[in-house]
Amino acid sequence: MSTQPPTYTFKDFVSDQEVRWCPGCGDYVILRAMQKALPMMGKRREDFVFISGIGCSSRFPYYMETYGFHTIHGRAPAIATGVKLSNPALSVWVMTGDGDGLAIGGNHMIHVIRRNVDLNVVLFNNKIYGLTKGQFSPTSDLGQKTKSSPYGNTQPPFNFGELTIGSAGQFYARTPDNNPNDMADIFAAAEKHKGTSVVEILQNCVIFNDGAYDSYTDKTVRDDMLLYLKHGEKMIFGKEKNKGIRFNGRMLEAVTIGENGITEDDILVHDAHDYNPSMHFMLTQMDNPLPVGIIRSVETPTYEERMATQAESIKNRSKYKSIDDLLFSGETYSV
Amino acid sequence: MSDTATTQDKNKIRLDRVVIRFAGDSGDGMQLTGSQFSDTSAMLGNDIATFPNYPAEIRAPEGSIYGVSGFQVHIGEVEISTPGDDVDVLVAMNPAALKTNISAVQHGKTIIVDADEFTTKNLGKAGYSDNPLEDGTLSAYNLIPAPITQLSRGAIKEMGLDNTSMNRTRNMFALGMVFWMFSRPLDYTIKFLEKKFGHKPQIFEANVKVLKSGYHYAETMELLSSAYTILPAKMTGGTYRILMGNTAIAWGFLAAAERSGKHLFLGSYPITPASDILHELSEHQHFGVTTFQAEDEIAGICSAIGASFAGNLALTTTSGPGLALKSEAIGLAVMTELPLVIVNVQRGGPSTGLPTKTEQADLLQAMYGRNGESPVIVVAASSPSNCFDMAYEASRLALEHMTPVILLTDGYIANGSAPWRIRSVNDLEPIKPAVAPLPGEEWLPYLRNPETLARRWATPGMPGFEHRIGGLEKEDGTGHISYDPENHEHMVKLRAEKVRRVENYIPELQLDGAESGDLLVVGWGGTYGSLHTAVKALQEEGHAVSLAHFHYINPMPRNTREVFSRFKQIVVCELNLGQFATLLRSSFPEFPYLQYNKVQGLPFTVFELNAHFRNLLNAK
Ligand code: SF4
Repeated sequence: MSTQPPTYTFKDFVSDQEVRWCPGCGDYVILRAMQKALPMMGKRREDFVFISGIGCSSRFPYYMETYGFHTIHGRAPAIATGVKLSNPALSVWVMTGDGDGLAIGGNHMIHVIRRNVDLNVVLFNNKIYGLTKGQFSPTSDLGQKTKSSPYGNTQPPFNFGELTIGSAGQFYARTPDNNPNDMADIFAAAEKHKGTSVVEILQNCVIFNDGAYDSYTDKTVRDDMLLYLKHGEKMIFGKEKNKGIRFNGRMLEAVTIGENGITEDDILVHDAHDYNPSMHFMLTQMDNPLPVGIIRSVETPTYEERMATQAESIKNRSKYKSIDDLLFSGETYSV
Repeated sequence: MSDTATTQDKNKIRLDRVVIRFAGDSGDGMQLTGSQFSDTSAMLGNDIATFPNYPAEIRAPEGSIYGVSGFQVHIGEVEISTPGDDVDVLVAMNPAALKTNISAVQHGKTIIVDADEFTTKNLGKAGYSDNPLEDGTLSAYNLIPAPITQLSRGAIKEMGLDNTSMNRTRNMFALGMVFWMFSRPLDYTIKFLEKKFGHKPQIFEANVKVLKSGYHYAETMELLSSAYTILPAKMTGGTYRILMGNTAIAWGFLAAAERSGKHLFLGSYPITPASDILHELSEHQHFGVTTFQAEDEIAGICSAIGASFAGNLALTTTSGPGLALKSEAIGLAVMTELPLVIVNVQRGGPSTGLPTKTEQADLLQAMYGRNGESPVIVVAASSPSNCFDMAYEASRLALEHMTPVILLTDGYIANGSAPWRIRSVNDLEPIKPAVAPLPGEEWLPYLRNPETLARRWATPGMPGFEHRIGGLEKEDGTGHISYDPENHEHMVKLRAEKVRRVENYIPELQLDGAESGDLLVVGWGGTYGSLHTAVKALQEEGHAVSLAHFHYINPMPRNTREVFSRFKQIVVCELNLGQFATLLRSSFPEFPYLQYNKVQGLPFTVFELNAHFRNLLNAK
């Protein structure tokens, strides 16, 4: 469609379905942020597709007045790939969780990222299985007590940021679930980015893992525990804006400006567009403070662009201009 | 050679058909040699059928029994429907090839061997303690021990090629010999070699020299008393080509995409013996075909489901173990009522089983291998060229009835080749996909066509039809999630009824033979060639036997019961322990079914079928 899309408000993206998440669940914030973000994207409503797997997060498409597909456990990235390759004009969103996307669907996740299909992956990481009522997930902490780990979880967790960059990911953002405006901006940036955009949401499950991120997001600590990254800006944080990140030659470390001879000049500037992922990788590994925002955003050709270029070059080279050319090609004989 | 060698035509004995098997080490080029012989014969107007037989190991140790690869060619002046049971001429390039293939050769038939290869070392690798060329064990055969290696090398010794390149020409010597024996011209193969080795003129020249040497050697050698000839077969007029089953499948889908106005999407993961379909379609991306090699079988089908949701003719290809992995996703396509074709090129199972061998034991998996009541259309192709038609049919049924379709073929017809009368895509019946709603039209995601019960397909990008579908049970009409007990039962019945009604849109069962009689032979899928040949021979002897061969398995043709009722005995023949017979017993319990089954990874031989049917006819 070439004509200008209508002006939408968030209401245009609210479906007639009753939302069935538990009261207080972080998923509500994500839903509202998405409904706020879509009107900013300059696309028509019929061009949005939300695809999910199985889990609390995967109910998401039912609540959006767009095209949607609630599929099977773990497979949303593969199904979304088929949708996107069939119609590259669509804005295709994979809504998934830590169990859906990193356990049963882990293989699809790393491969979709590796190919750089132009999809937006939103992973609701609550470090627990909610829909099946409280088992540990691939992002649960070591020692975490859950229904299936009553004496503490003995499986070390994945860090989705590391995994994304290790899978050759070109866009990775992380955001807490208590800041809908920032989240909406990140969604808009993810949509704008060509290639697989991964957004990890630190989502609170009030029922089975309440407070999992309190040590970062609670009002009393968040200024000192979260590092909001912005491309081109210094990595500064803290209530007094007097803390920052420097590279000490071996690793990143949090320092206080004005202490031990540290000046603002020592503080790193965030470059999300750096093709070399080393710094981004180190950022994903930090936990005090925890970096949030867009950690990496690098434009490289997408899978469908590479496919289209190849098909075009075959068209120019191929001796078959129609299917009949092919059927009648080569060695044929008449009877 | 067949016993009907009749007229003596300029010193050439005319045969009505002949079966030749080329066997050698995997690296000896036997597939190429065999296909050169069959292609040349096709150009001369013979009917043909071929079947390659290769080991599961890609590079088994040279000279070993399990590294033997073979290619069988059946050519005829008469109608040819199978690659043949018994071999008339065996070409064995080494002792291992002789050892593994001699059981297919009857006494009195011809065996050509490369005598140079029968060294103590090679004999040992093949498990011979004595040299069979010398100890008299082959005295019942017409044995032609030719020094193929020596003569090939001799023909090109002046050219300064390295050892490996010289040895690689041996297959051309053998081919030249067989070309002379059956009065075939060399020009087709020379043209082929030119195309293949045009950029390496020396190799091209060497191959042609050796090919001609083989031809002249056979001509001047007194061991071959005379050459044979096979005259052109009487075939329906038209333009033909030789087509392999897997290529025919790929082309059938290309044609279906064109005639339905849909973009073709294949999501697939490599698996023997289905990968050739992926290879073929990957060549043609500029025809509005997207091929996506996924990270696993599940992603293969899931990407296809995504493509179907987005409005494509969507396809996934696999073999038995892959079908097992795709089960859950097929259920999703059933629930969301999306069109999808799943091709299963069956191989020996269970588990990894016999990857390069043929079998029909995935029928019940195709029918029932999913959770819940999960009906799909099941169809089967019967021959290499029929693969084209059934790929087209499977696409038509999926698109017009909005449901997954499983198309069963098998390793035997997928790798076999036969003449195919080429049809222009414009001559094919157009396919009319379940129409998308018009803008502004009254529409619900699960609103149905009252006749077919197919829902209407609205795809992302269409304004005004935004909707959500998914794997949870749907309320009829709206498509909203519904846990209502009555609705669930209603929907289960409706999905079954939708598939059942497909019987009104498929052809009736056609019999090979009379409409009634003493014995009805029932088969399905890739066994058609053997069953047809066996039944025809008995009909010619005057027996009241007919063949009912099924291409449509779920649902079955409308007239099935009626056809069955007109025969005294029914024997169901299949390459499994009786899966179709089981289906028939539950669908038409009023008939007694005899069974003839074989599960050896091999096709039926006409001989064994013939003997079995004869017993049934005589015992009555
Ligand atoms: S179980 Fe947890 S994640 Fe699921 S809806 Fe309830 S609060 Fe949210």
